[in-house]
Amino acid sequence: MVRRTPWLLSASVANLCFLYAPILVLILFSFNASRLSAAWQGFTLEWYRLLAEDEALRLSVWNSLLVALVSTLVATGLGVCAAIGLERHPFRGQKVVESAMLLPLVIPEIMMGVSLMLFFLLVKLPLSLITVTIGHAAFNLPIVLVIVRARLRKLDPSLEEAARDLGATPWQAFSRVTLPLLVPAMWGSVLLAFTISLDDFIVTFFTAGPGSTTLPLYVYSMVKSGVTPVINALSAILVVVSMTLIGASLALQRR
Amino acid sequence: MNSPTRPSDRSECSGEAPASRRPSRLLLPALVWLGLCLVLPLFLMLAISFASRGTYGGVVWTLTLANYANVVDPLYVRIFARSVGLATLTTLLCLALGFPIAYYIARLPPRLQGIWLLLVMIPFWTNFLVRTYAWIFILRAEGLLNTVLAGLGLIGSPVDVLYSETAIVIGLVYGYLPFMILPLYAAVERLPVALVEAAWDLYASRWAVFWRVIVPLTKPGLVAGAILVFIPSVGAFITPDLMGGARTMMIGNLIQHEFLVARDWPFGSAIGLVLMASVLLGVVTYLRAEGPGARPAAGG
Repeated sequence: MVRRTPWLLSASVANLCFLYAPILVLILFSFNASRLSAAWQGFTLEWYRLLAEDEALRLSVWNSLLVALVSTLVATGLGVCAAIGLERHPFRGQKVVESAMLLPLVIPEIMMGVSLMLFFLLVKLPLSLITVTIGHAAFNLPIVLVIVRARLRKLDPSLEEAARDLGATPWQAFSRVTLPLLVPAMWGSVLLAFTISLDDFIVTFFTAGPGSTTLPLYVYSMVKSGVTPVINALSAILVVVSMTLIGASLALQRR
Repeated sequence: MNSPTRPSDRSECSGEAPASRRPSRLLLPALVWLGLCLVLPLFLMLAISFASRGTYGGVVWTLTLANYANVVDPLYVRIFARSVGLATLTTLLCLALGFPIAYYIARLPPRLQGIWLLLVMIPFWTNFLVRTYAWIFILRAEGLLNTVLAGLGLIGSPVDVLYSETAIVIGLVYGYLPFMILPLYAAVERLPVALVEAAWDLYASRWAVFWRVIVPLTKPGLVAGAILVFIPSVGAFITPDLMGGARTMMIGNLIQHEFLVARDWPFGSAIGLVLMASVLLGVVTYLRAEGPGARPAAGG
């Protein structure tokens, strides 16, 4: 065996503490009764009550859900088609097209936001929830593509071939054999795309117009205007929601 | 399904099917969407970067190189240098913090590896704004750090950490550390244990084992991790915006300022393109120099 030095374990545990402590502290202090200081002054649910009464917050949550839902549907539809097209119908110059499709994953996010904003302004499309949704679908598409394609590659091609040999049309072979096998990966990518869209700040920041405040934009404006325990409470809720969605996504991709 | 795949096409080798056909029509919608929302806007930006600013913002289409000439103004060069410096520091810190845990995880039994990797990833799934806010909550003058330190009687007056370059680096390291751990883990996992043992058997010092065996053999992971941390750090906007002060502007803030505050789109475009071009150029040059063997595996 490799010599296992105890400092490796301690360094790893310390690393995990570094990763977890800030989030746990944040959640803990969402129950702190003190409005101003970071000293513990007793348990309260007051900040959660204030959140529940916040009309603007509720609107921003609806906006976020709407954008996430529509952009995920568009990205999934286009992404699944593209994954099949790339994986099952190879062509010359495929490498170039593939790298171009993964572009959103490597260019700085701010560039994507800014260039989209310029584009919308120059084609005179008013910045609104629609432009936000279009942008979200664009950065979610490659994510769906990568996940679904990985799944397609792992499928045994002889399954579809067997269906064809038994007289199925190409469409029947696809829809009755391949598609059902892709469903878990599709759900996994749907949940991931949905979460990423819910969480996105940068692209939304540049492509949103007046009246199209999403949840992250609302959180940003809250943080900008000062630290309050209400933000802690909202953060705690967001932590739980994100983790649930991603956990479900991972479980589905593994199936 | 328009062009049916005959079974014989794929029977010889599933990876390399004959690449003679034209792209499937299934690809078209995605290509159009990404072309319109991604490629076209970037070319538009390129075009605008050679135009000039109108009196009230907007774009006047006269060909000029003035925007690029402005980028080398010492004021902006300093912002570029700060961004590159802070991103480099972030990358190095992520390497130093990430390597031990990546190495530890890769040498665990497979079942435990999955659990540890999950533990590393969980905090990362939290919204970036929330994670940034968590550090603001800790570091600000009336924050947790100062409250605790004062409570212990260690400090008389609050230490000012927030709104500084230190705060930005903390925020960036916290934000992107998992991007470093995952590719490092993948690289260490592929490292043959026998080679490390051989080095020990030949009386290599701990130092020599690390620098002359482990580091060269895990280089693809090191490079991949460094790229994945450096790119978002150098173009960061949220972290310097919320955790930095007026004197710690980074390129991301400058771009945002030019577009939304100064409304100088041509200059903002030029800055953005210089940022993107230098990042891509750096990455490509590095990968070329290292040869195909050093190409990092995507993700972890």
